[in-house]
Amino acid sequence: MIRTAAAVLRKDLRIEWRTKEAVPAMALFTVTVYVLFHFGLDRDSLDGELASGVLWVTLLLAAVIGVTRLFAAEREQGGLDAFLLAPVDRTSLFVAKAAALFVYLVALEIVAVPAFAVLLLGPSLFDGLPELVLILLLADVGLAAVGALVAALAAETRARELIVPLLLLPLLVPLLIGAASATEPLFRAGGEPEDLGRFLALVGGYDLVFGLISLAVFDFLLED
Amino acid sequence: MFSKGLRPIAAAAVITTLVAFALVFFYAPLDADQGFIQKIFYVHVPMAIVALGGFVAGGIMAIKHLRTGDSSWDLRSYVAIHLSIILGTGVLITGAIWAKASWGHWWVWDEPVLVSFLIVFLLYCVYYPLRFSIEDPDRQARYSSVFAIAAGAFVPINFTAVRLAEAVTHPRVLSQTGGSLPGEMRLTFLVCILAMVLLFVTLWKLELTAKRTSAQLKRLRTRLELRAETAG
Amino acid sequence: MPALPLDEAGKYVAGAYVVFLALIVIYVAIIGAKIARIERQVSELLELTDHDEEAGRSEAVHEPEARRSPQDAGLEAPQTDARPDAEQSHQDAGLEAPRR
Repeated sequence: MIRTAAAVLRKDLRIEWRTKEAVPAMALFTVTVYVLFHFGLDRDSLDGELASGVLWVTLLLAAVIGVTRLFAAEREQGGLDAFLLAPVDRTSLFVAKAAALFVYLVALEIVAVPAFAVLLLGPSLFDGLPELVLILLLADVGLAAVGALVAALAAETRARELIVPLLLLPLLVPLLIGAASATEPLFRAGGEPEDLGRFLALVGGYDLVFGLISLAVFDFLLED
Repeated sequence: MFSKGLRPIAAAAVITTLVAFALVFFYAPLDADQGFIQKIFYVHVPMAIVALGGFVAGGIMAIKHLRTGDSSWDLRSYVAIHLSIILGTGVLITGAIWAKASWGHWWVWDEPVLVSFLIVFLLYCVYYPLRFSIEDPDRQARYSSVFAIAAGAFVPINFTAVRLAEAVTHPRVLSQTGGSLPGEMRLTFLVCILAMVLLFVTLWKLELTAKRTSAQLKRLRTRLELRAETAG
Repeated sequence: MPALPLDEAGKYVAGAYVVFLALIVIYVAIIGAKIARIERQVSELLELTDHDEEAGRSEAVHEPEARRSPQDAGLEAPQTDARPDAEQSHQDAGLEAPRR
């Protein structure tokens, strides 16, 4: 199963590397939204809960773009049928897609978080950096699992671009609550984490539950 | 046969509801803080509890559907979710009425139960567009079940998360009603919940029977028309 | 939280209970409409069979009618298998919802 997943993952990453469709679009979108927030909030710099909220909401919205495009190759070039015919464990497709989404998100954040620090963040990014990285990685796992599930759910519907945000965003609210609340104290001067354990537990629990559910249920989406 | 047991449950639902109303207005004492407004809870909170229960039940039925491949489970799941969404609108409307009466605003973010309910409601509203945009009936049923399971698991997680976020000391109504309720209020409350559950089950069976009959009628018609064609 | 005077509070409480009752009543009305439609279709089908009877094929019609009450009648509908037929009608049931 792992080998199949790795193979599909390699294929997806190679396609993305060559066509550069999803990640640059997500990054561009993120920076644009920062500019929107600058004008919308009429603020030069943000800190604390406002900074945390803007960063996380923007990341979630950018994730929607990545999720909508996740099964694009399979849809447009019919790779799905070939996969279904092969004698492989179908769950490996889920693992591969989730892993791909995770990679896209990390790549996105490598650009988006420093951009945020430059454009909008008041206090220094480096104060709470190690904790921030931890929060980002943990949240990305949940984002990847839920994103892959929603991508598969919406893959066959006619109104895909509408259904993905409507499905994904409410499902991500607990993740948002945990991640944003954990990040909030890191964006204050000094960057001392507060209540980090509690909110990390929330995000971790979310990752676990939805990871398991998505794994269990994904097979039924591919049946014919 | 979905309508089996419909009559007794319907009767039980009507009786319990009437008893519940009587208790609310003639037996339960007036709340010291909120006065008469508090009576709204006897309808608002049971609706919320039953709606959430309906969502989770829909998820469990969806699991059954995926496991057995029997599409009648999918129908049961659909009706449960459908009913819970309707109850959900009631929860939000009565919640807004209560908020307006207590605090002067039609919405308050302080009430974590109401807020998490809004999120759950928004999620489940996507059930319809998701379901009806898939044309293949078998796939439609499967995908809906997948959604029902994920969303059903989402309900408790969401409530925990929102409660964690609002870890502010507010006199949360649910702690008032759940924690230190005087005996008469507690009894009234429990009867109201029972009435709501019976009502839900009644309407659920009712809709299932109507849908099933309609489908059978379709089959009947097709057979008759076919017979008329082949014989003519 | 200040307690509103009884008459004002009464309006809000009444409003909440009215919403609850309205939901139930509207729901029952919709199911009622559905039943009316079923009734109409049944009478149409009855006319259809009367027509067949007149054409002198009463036995062929009565027999299957008697056998139709147990769900999985052996007679074939357009589908080849009773199972997909059942599934089809459930999906139809599901799909009927928006067309109300």
